[in-house]
Amino acid sequence: MDIHEYQAKEILSSFGVTIPRGGIVYSPETAENKAREIGGSKWVVKAQIHSGARGKAGGVIVCNTPLEVAQATDKLLGKKLVTNQTGPEGKIVNRIYIEEATDIEKELYLGLVFDRSSESIMVVASTEGGMSVEEIAKEKPESIIRSKIEVAVGIQSFQARELAFGLGIEPELIRRASETIVGCAKAFSELDATMVEVNPLVISKQKQILALDCKMSFDNNAMFRRDKVSELRDKTQEDEKEVYASDRGLNYVSLDGNIGNIINGAGLAMASMDMIKLAGGEPANFLDVGGGATPEKIVKAFRLITMDKKVKVILVNIFAGINRCDWVAEGIVQALEKIEVKVPLVIRLAGTNVEKGNKILRDSKLNYIEANTLEDAANKAVTALKK
Amino acid sequence: MAVIIEKNTKILIQGFTGKMGTFHAEEMIKYGSNVVGGVTPGKGGQKHLERPVFNTVKEAVKHTGATASILFVPPAFAADSAMEAADAGIKTCVAIVDGIPSHDMIRIKRYMRRYSRNEKMTLVGPNCAGIISPGKSMLGIMPGHIYKEGRVGIISRSGTLGYEAAEQMKNLGIGISTSVGIGGDPINGSSFRDIIEKFETDDETDAILMIGEIGGPQEVAAGEFAKENMKKPVVGYIAGLTAPKGRVMGHAGAIVSAYGESAVEKVELLKECGVTISKNPSVMGETVKTVLNNL
Repeated sequence: MDIHEYQAKEILSSFGVTIPRGGIVYSPETAENKAREIGGSKWVVKAQIHSGARGKAGGVIVCNTPLEVAQATDKLLGKKLVTNQTGPEGKIVNRIYIEEATDIEKELYLGLVFDRSSESIMVVASTEGGMSVEEIAKEKPESIIRSKIEVAVGIQSFQARELAFGLGIEPELIRRASETIVGCAKAFSELDATMVEVNPLVISKQKQILALDCKMSFDNNAMFRRDKVSELRDKTQEDEKEVYASDRGLNYVSLDGNIGNIINGAGLAMASMDMIKLAGGEPANFLDVGGGATPEKIVKAFRLITMDKKVKVILVNIFAGINRCDWVAEGIVQALEKIEVKVPLVIRLAGTNVEKGNKILRDSKLNYIEANTLEDAANKAVTALKK
Repeated sequence: MAVIIEKNTKILIQGFTGKMGTFHAEEMIKYGSNVVGGVTPGKGGQKHLERPVFNTVKEAVKHTGATASILFVPPAFAADSAMEAADAGIKTCVAIVDGIPSHDMIRIKRYMRRYSRNEKMTLVGPNCAGIISPGKSMLGIMPGHIYKEGRVGIISRSGTLGYEAAEQMKNLGIGISTSVGIGGDPINGSSFRDIIEKFETDDETDAILMIGEIGGPQEVAAGEFAKENMKKPVVGYIAGLTAPKGRVMGHAGAIVSAYGESAVEKVELLKECGVTISKNPSVMGETVKTVLNNL
């Protein structure tokens, strides 16, 4: 789960990280006042969407008067911002963060992630802040320093100090820099984060160490014990169909193609999408109804896929194990009594009682194309599309 | 002997009396697995499926001599149950449950470092289908009858894609020595490398099929191990050719976040390690057949 910049800043601030003064607004009317409340003589108006690279997309505006702050807020609110991370449809701006402008002396990079090779938390830092970590890795790999956190004991002060000195921070700022790094690491461990990124972490002309932009992501599997964090979820930043799916216990990812998929199991779903691609088609989605493929889930899956206007063919691929094919077939027949499918439907069943399952489908009034293997199913779906 | 489990391996069900635990315990018993009892805290002393229920794993091990367990406890309590099994001297523990927080998985793995290599429990999963040695024992939730007895080892992150492979092989008359589902989570108990190493020394396995997917470094790590240390041939398939970067594809671990984690890159890296690639998921069985014919 992702959260907004201002939410990440509030969290990190509570872990001892210094952030510029700022406040959130939802309307232009309150923006002017908020700017006065924050004080200073220069402000930055930042569109809050779940994406980086907002500056390049026009989502960050520097203002010199409270009136300009209101105008900038007015300009950004309600707008769809398209960045290189949002996809062509962009993301809607419903919240604006107003922040006092910072006199930057130096921009650094600080990130924490799970390292899957060492199965630990890795701190990554670089003197080249402001660029994405991918760009840093490509253009200035020598500037990257790393430190592995031993989760049993958490980050140690010496590790934070080593990183701070490694970033070339001047001695009188080392203590603050270390505290900042420790704060981020504690937030990561204590809140079940999967990513904390402060980019840039800046040294201001006034010799403050400030988190200028922050990003945090959290482990969905741990949200049952993180009430406060899960309240920060902003569904307006997620794909509508993906929200519909996640609210109903389906694993769904919206894609650009036109062949809709209903499959049980994540691996089989990815494999079926691969087969569609190899057959010359493009999948409209990834959808895993769960290994069990219960009739309830199949009904929900058909509802979801038929909501997607770009879907021109539907491919159902179920490998029934302990839940037999005849049972799955009955589920499909029942689902299609409730939901009208206007596009060609290809169904491939495999596994336990496959003959019985196929017989149930054939004996029903269902208008569909039967397929036997994965390859056969993908080919038939692509052929149906061309007709 | 089969890798990991044998015909008579004594099995405990953790979360025995729950709906999931009961259903799959019955399936395992029907398959012929030697289920000797189970654990549900607070229900010790009762009988369930004609087998004893214990309050703690330690007690259960003491009375039954069990060496393997399978977890059907909710994700919030799964880490605790896995550590309890490790502490009680269980040798093989399969965690079926989907949804264990990653921070908990790291904690389990750190906890297990207290044991020497010989004493250490093999944890398989979480978010997996479990282990089956066809004709011998099933410590998992797979449909046992689709697995033909034979001499090929399977390691798969995905459950249903593993079933797909087993069925393709059965239709071609190829049997399986053991199939291990290592699960779809980013941090798991056993990696491809851990299991492939066991298959290399298993005298009942001639070749290995490794079914991977996007995300993480484990398929390539196993490929490198195979190149350096193995004589048995390895066939590989990687799912997720069409998966967009940075998106989680169902499995928490199926996300491309670094170089070498996409399907195309993994396939290239595995080829360099001498792994025979199944060019699509429909020919996993045929690819294994070709490799076996060349032995």
